Amino acid sequence: MIPTIVRNGFLALRRDRGAFILTFVLPVAFFSIFALVFGGMDTSGTPRVSVIVVDQDHSQVSARLVRGLEEEPSLKVMTQPAPQDSNPHPAPFTAVSAESAVRQGDAPAAILIPEGFGEHPIAFGPGSRPTFVILHDSSDPIAAQVASGLLQKVVMTSLPDILAFSGAKYLGRVSGGLTSEQRKLIADDLTRLRNYVQRRDRQGGQAAAHGMNGIVAVKLRDVVGASKRSPMIAFYAAGIGVMFLLFTASGAAGSLIEEHESGALDRMLSARVSMTTLLAGKMLYCWLLAFFQLVLMFLWGWAVFHLELFSHIPGFVVMTAATAFAVASFGMVLASLSRSRPQQAAISTLLILVMSAVGGSMFPRFLMPELMKKIGLFTFNAWAIDGYTKVFWRDEPVTSLVPQVSVLVGSGIVLFVVARLLARRWETA
Amino acid sequence: MTDSAHAPGIPLHVESLSKRFGDVIALAGISLDVRARTCFGLLGPNGAGKSTLIRSIVGRVRPDSGTVTLYGEAANSPAARTSIGWVPQDLALYPLLTCRENLHAFGRYQGLAGGPLRDAIAWCLEWAGLADRSGSTVKTLSGGMRRRLNLAAGVIHRPRLVLLDEPTVGVDPQSRNRIFDMVSELRAQGTTIIYTTHYMEEAERLCDYIAILDHARVIALGTKDELITQSFGGRYDAAIQLSSAAPATEEWARSNGGACKDGIARFSIARPLEIAALLESAERAGLDVVDVILRRPNLESVFLHLTGRELRE
Repeated sequence: MIPTIVRNGFLALRRDRGAFILTFVLPVAFFSIFALVFGGMDTSGTPRVSVIVVDQDHSQVSARLVRGLEEEPSLKVMTQPAPQDSNPHPAPFTAVSAESAVRQGDAPAAILIPEGFGEHPIAFGPGSRPTFVILHDSSDPIAAQVASGLLQKVVMTSLPDILAFSGAKYLGRVSGGLTSEQRKLIADDLTRLRNYVQRRDRQGGQAAAHGMNGIVAVKLRDVVGASKRSPMIAFYAAGIGVMFLLFTASGAAGSLIEEHESGALDRMLSARVSMTTLLAGKMLYCWLLAFFQLVLMFLWGWAVFHLELFSHIPGFVVMTAATAFAVASFGMVLASLSRSRPQQAAISTLLILVMSAVGGSMFPRFLMPELMKKIGLFTFNAWAIDGYTKVFWRDEPVTSLVPQVSVLVGSGIVLFVVARLLARRWETA
Repeated sequence: MTDSAHAPGIPLHVESLSKRFGDVIALAGISLDVRARTCFGLLGPNGAGKSTLIRSIVGRVRPDSGTVTLYGEAANSPAARTSIGWVPQDLALYPLLTCRENLHAFGRYQGLAGGPLRDAIAWCLEWAGLADRSGSTVKTLSGGMRRRLNLAAGVIHRPRLVLLDEPTVGVDPQSRNRIFDMVSELRAQGTTIIYTTHYMEEAERLCDYIAILDHARVIALGTKDELITQSFGGRYDAAIQLSSAAPATEEWARSNGGACKDGIARFSIARPLEIAALLESAERAGLDVVDVILRRPNLESVFLHLTGRELRE
């Protein structure tokens, strides 16, 4: 009896392709994506962090530091913007252009090597010390910390002679038989160090932002999210929103299959309704549904999580309209492609979860290896999240959304045409 | 039937219609005409080709060869579409919408709007006996009510020709009678009706003309009386049920000009009294007679006569 029940279960599973895919293909696909993202298949370990380096010191010491940073395998250093057709030999980054680049999302962080670093490389000792500034975009909370830590490491590893020389210089000032005055100076330095440690412990990470965090003085400055009341909420609203939008559009468009199965589709097409009209009507419904769903999501974000919605209405409307259009077309293609509702549910679940994982709805794309970031550009999620980030995080104007809107609307149009072609099978037998 | 096949007044003209789905021949050169203001029955077992024929008429199946014209217009042309109303075999309704909302939707699909649409919905609800359930969703209706709403959604634009594809499948006798009344009312209003069924009694009760389909072909065409006369003349149908063993009963039936199947010997006789001779013969042959039925042949008899099997086999 029990073997028969088990056998029936496996027979049904084997013949239900949707359930079969969800049972065996989806977990393997997800495992592979996570393995790729978190380095399981990438022997180089942690993905490289892109960072802009601006040498304001122009000394031999600072040049050695830049080289050291460039040789650091965990960093991808940019000292000048990428060459363009219009500007094949761009000038090196300055503090201003580096800040602008970080604001625009070209890099998550920029290290500004201070003037005078070559003269006074060490953060402690008598006299005023030049302080490194790391400009960063707090939507990527990891990049600044990685850049800061690796800066300290590279200073140690690439400038050991400079550090030794500086140490000797400072010791020379205070030595000479360790007079009582010298002992007092050393004791004072130790006291200052102890005070620093105590203050750092009391203030948590804030002390680091005030320049007392290692062999060189480093100050972090958030150039994008400093004025934000609720950093990252827009990112999560967009990421999660798009993922559920895809599910919603897929489900709504799936009514086409139900109407085909019930005969209502035949009945409509035998009346005055053409297939193009029918698909356009379904598409409009899916678009409106997706639009209102995103509006609700962001309104909730505004009401509960202090998302700055009403100061970004134009960008929000443009991005929401474009995103809803793209996902509605996606739903139409899935419905036109599938032979049955269960098949459509299985295909859409598989595609949406994979797209959401690769496209940044589940974890930020800046955590991913370069290859995964590029693959992510084939998903709506990535383009939508980038667009919403521009609107809510970087406060960029609506005109800056042209790439995102073009991709979303363009691919939406292409998918609608594909859906129309696929739907020809329903027109006549 | 009509001779003026392409005349604009002729509701339906089908000429040499053929359709094949892979290896399956669904229609094999079917030709027929339907006169105005008549009820034309398409009778045949499941798989005979009735639904494919209907779907070809409404433009949902593209025939491999042959033509279909509706009031002189090619099937699937805009003019043809407006003149027909199709009630598919399936419950082609929105289950989560109410009766009124369903009728509104299908009325709009047929191009109705405003006052004419409101009037049409009111008429449909009344005609289908659903006025008191107009606000109920389809999924809360009984099977018979759903069937009636399915009918109403197909005729909301008051077409001149209505195609009913097995409209009584799965309904109880009371609901079936209600549907018969609805069809009769449509006929009385001058609507031409094409009615497919595999129930003989429905075809006999409702249809003026009947085409019997079997294996994708029209095997007989005419009025009920014409079909019976063509097959049996003025003869009677005699069925004698026997409890004796099969070889003996079959041999006996054959020797008396009949046929025996499943213990029932069937004969076509010119006069009722001839049954007495058959009974005497059975007694002489030592057969045990259990029951005797004498009747005028009906469509069932015609189908059996033409195909050698019951309609519902």
